[in-house]
Amino acid sequence: MVRSMGIQVDLDKCIGCGDCVPSCPFGLLEIVGEKVQVKEGCTLCGACQEACTYGAILIEAVTETPVVTDSHQGIWVFAEQRDSKFKSVAYELLTKGRELADVLGTELCAVCFGHDIDVEPLIAYGADKVYLIDTPALADFQEDLYARKLVELVQEYKPEIVIAGATPLGRSFIPRVAAILRTGLTADCTGLEIDTEKRLLLQTRPTFGGNIMATIICQTKRPQMSTVRPRVFRKNAPDKGRKGQVIRVNLDKEPVTSRTKLLRFIEDITETVKLEDADIIVSGGRGLEKAENFHLLEELANVMGAGLGSSRPPVDDGWIPYSHQVGQTGKTVCPKLYIACGISGAIQHLAGMQTSDVIVAINNDPHAPIFEVATYGIVGDLFKVVPMLIEKLKKD
Amino acid sequence: MNVVVCLKQVPNTTKVKIDPQTNTLVREGIESIINPFDTYALEEGVRIKERYGGKVTAISMGPPQAEGALREAMSTGADEAILLSDSAFAGADTLATAYTLARAIDKLAPYDIIICGRQTIDGDTGQVGPELAEMLGIPFLAYASKIEEISNGYIRVKQMVEEGHELIEAPLPAVITVVKEINIPRLPSLRGIARSKSAVIPIWTAQELDVDKNMVGLSGSATRVIKVFFPQRVHHGEILQGDMESQVESLIDKLRDAKVL
Repeated sequence: MVRSMGIQVDLDKCIGCGDCVPSCPFGLLEIVGEKVQVKEGCTLCGACQEACTYGAILIEAVTETPVVTDSHQGIWVFAEQRDSKFKSVAYELLTKGRELADVLGTELCAVCFGHDIDVEPLIAYGADKVYLIDTPALADFQEDLYARKLVELVQEYKPEIVIAGATPLGRSFIPRVAAILRTGLTADCTGLEIDTEKRLLLQTRPTFGGNIMATIICQTKRPQMSTVRPRVFRKNAPDKGRKGQVIRVNLDKEPVTSRTKLLRFIEDITETVKLEDADIIVSGGRGLEKAENFHLLEELANVMGAGLGSSRPPVDDGWIPYSHQVGQTGKTVCPKLYIACGISGAIQHLAGMQTSDVIVAINNDPHAPIFEVATYGIVGDLFKVVPMLIEKLKKD
Repeated sequence: MNVVVCLKQVPNTTKVKIDPQTNTLVREGIESIINPFDTYALEEGVRIKERYGGKVTAISMGPPQAEGALREAMSTGADEAILLSDSAFAGADTLATAYTLARAIDKLAPYDIIICGRQTIDGDTGQVGPELAEMLGIPFLAYASKIEEISNGYIRVKQMVEEGHELIEAPLPAVITVVKEINIPRLPSLRGIARSKSAVIPIWTAQELDVDKNMVGLSGSATRVIKVFFPQRVHHGEILQGDMESQVESLIDKLRDAKVL
């Protein structure tokens, strides 16, 4: 037996046929000396095991303790707010959560921490119940308190699924909740489905720099937890007539103290239209050649009332602040119209914008990958196309 | 300051291409590198040491060859490096990884600051840092773009948030994750390279860490990958034709028809 990362090759059974080699999405299999070898990086997805007709590949079996599912019920959505307004992702997740809860035949609950906040919209978007902690101490994001309180609520009410937006906030405090609860968490999901037979949440996410999609489950622990990328699920229109229950939870079980303390907030003033809220985004890439040329895109953005975005290279080179970056390590956006100027379309950038309704690509390289996702493409010099576009839009 | 920097050796996923024939990743020529975000964590650790004294220990969990990443870390300023490597650690998800790192960091106590990159470029989860803070039971500061001050047992950090920056403070010890805006990592020095070549990098196994075997590796992982596939891209796009002016006019018409203008 040869062991590598939980996967084993039975050398007596392996005949070195190589049938398994193309089955590995990560390209980790190699025939060396007429036997297959597994390189480092295996996620134990099992694709090669299925491809091998000789039963030579074994994935380390772990004794799975079955979960008593009936002790955990309900789907929870953490409804993120800022300045007492819910983020769009809260509504997107409630819409998706409603669908999942109906499949499971269970309730959908929203969890809200804040102060002086109207939680009726959470019900209108699909929640049966809202667990609300309303206190000045939680008006701003207090990471320590958020984590402790969510843990307390989960321990008391035992939901089977907890989902939250993969916003900077969600991605920093939800992992802490999962760690305290010692349960599984899947980051930045772009797909959620239910395996009805096993009552499991199938969580799909991009990985390996966006090159690969992986579906992940959490079989042995509850709750099953995911953070979900904003703007990948559509929100339904709110139903103002929906009825739901608001459960006010008292915070005073223990003294309110946060180890981390917010001293000051410094707003980024370069961003005049918020990218996440923009209907139109004009975005620039390396093709702009230098920092000053962003003025050209700014002008187009102004004419169109659009937000200004960027791919990674201009941010790396300091042409434009990080808050404008769209992509895997920047923002995920889903405007009605996304205009990519001089952006080649690396998979990491596409990950942040490819769900936009209409995508326009302007690039002088006809082979640029951005054209693969573009609704309309203009192969040409952006320094000619963009001024022409500005002029014609101004004229009308 | 006793600083611990966590780093991971990753394939350079930004250079990965997909073979359209076999529909698999082409790995040839893809080198193993220190996760780029972790190089900022390391640089910041070294800067803290230079400013406040102390030492920087780089730790990594991975296969034996991850030792290369740790030697590289030593060439750019880490004083010591420790590799956590054991077949029992294989197949770990973020929960099991954070647990294993936490037990190793326990052995390095007393420590002041643990620094991690914001996420890796292979897994892209960004979960190990915050999970590690909880496993250690200490405060967590995410997305640091500047360390403003460390004094009287407190650290003050400029944190990148969606709408700008926040200045936040926490008592030490604490875990911080850094974004790339925080610094420009230095290149290896000749002295550093010489030192890193001769350095002995201890390997800590499950036994040395005295970990519960049910909490590490695949056995300690709460999540499982059940399927892996390539993103589907359905393309219905149209490349506009004609001279530039008529292309621009036609674009505006089409956008108006689609009611996005």
